[in-house]
Amino acid sequence: MDNLTNYLLVSAVLFSIGTIGVLTRKNAIVMFMCIELMLNAVNLTFVALSRHLGNLDGQIFVFFIMTVAAAEAAVGLALFIAFFNNRESIDVDDANLMKW
Amino acid sequence: MDISSIFFAIVTIVAVVSALLVVTCKNPINSALSLVLTFFCLATYYAMLDAPFMAAVQIIVYAGAIMVLIVFTIMLLNIRVDANKKHVHQVALGTVTGIVTLLLSVLFLTRGKVAMLAGPVTSDVINQIGHTELIGAVMFTDFLLPFEVTSILLLAAMVGAVILAKKKLS
Repeated sequence: MDNLTNYLLVSAVLFSIGTIGVLTRKNAIVMFMCIELMLNAVNLTFVALSRHLGNLDGQIFVFFIMTVAAAEAAVGLALFIAFFNNRESIDVDDANLMKW
Repeated sequence: MDISSIFFAIVTIVAVVSALLVVTCKNPINSALSLVLTFFCLATYYAMLDAPFMAAVQIIVYAGAIMVLIVFTIMLLNIRVDANKKHVHQVALGTVTGIVTLLLSVLFLTRGKVAMLAGPVTSDVINQIGHTELIGAVMFTDFLLPFEVTSILLLAAMVGAVILAKKKLS
């Protein structure tokens, strides 16, 4: 039980650091990496609780989260390349075409 | 204090420091390399939690595939590091929001109680049968439909990435 709490606390700290990164950085790729960090913090929670409860369903969820993260990385980085081709920048403040 | 607690503390320090470096580094390449270090620490946690298959997949998929893709994109775009832009309000508000998130989640974790359901998969079972075999048995029986849907998701992502990166959108 004490061991489980340690893992969950580490996960909470990593998730909060990822949140700070997403909210404070302007570079779209760094924001993307911070989102990956948050996903990984949640994965750690899933594996720790799965181990604690003696049930493998949580680890299957981690497997699917990794798959979705891989798909997200492919599409997201393609979007960044298209954005950079149009604006010569990767700053999220330059994505203001639909802003009024 | 036994050896596993000391090891856990060391891995935790490395993970948190490298996660902080991801957020604070000016150069995106340094952030990406720190993120790889964080992923390796998470793989160590998975190995400590009797989940060696998850540790291997973490290193192969995240530290291998996804981070190579990100580093490749950073080098392809050749982004300039502009250190003279300051966003004081954004940094202050973001940090406060992150700290509030941390405090709330710590509150939930310390006040709540995890159910003590003892499931069938114990450490002995994992050592006897093998973690990969157990994961495969669950994935191809109970989770067969989500597994097949995942393949459609990957196909759609592949086609979408090719179309998006092909030409200028203008």
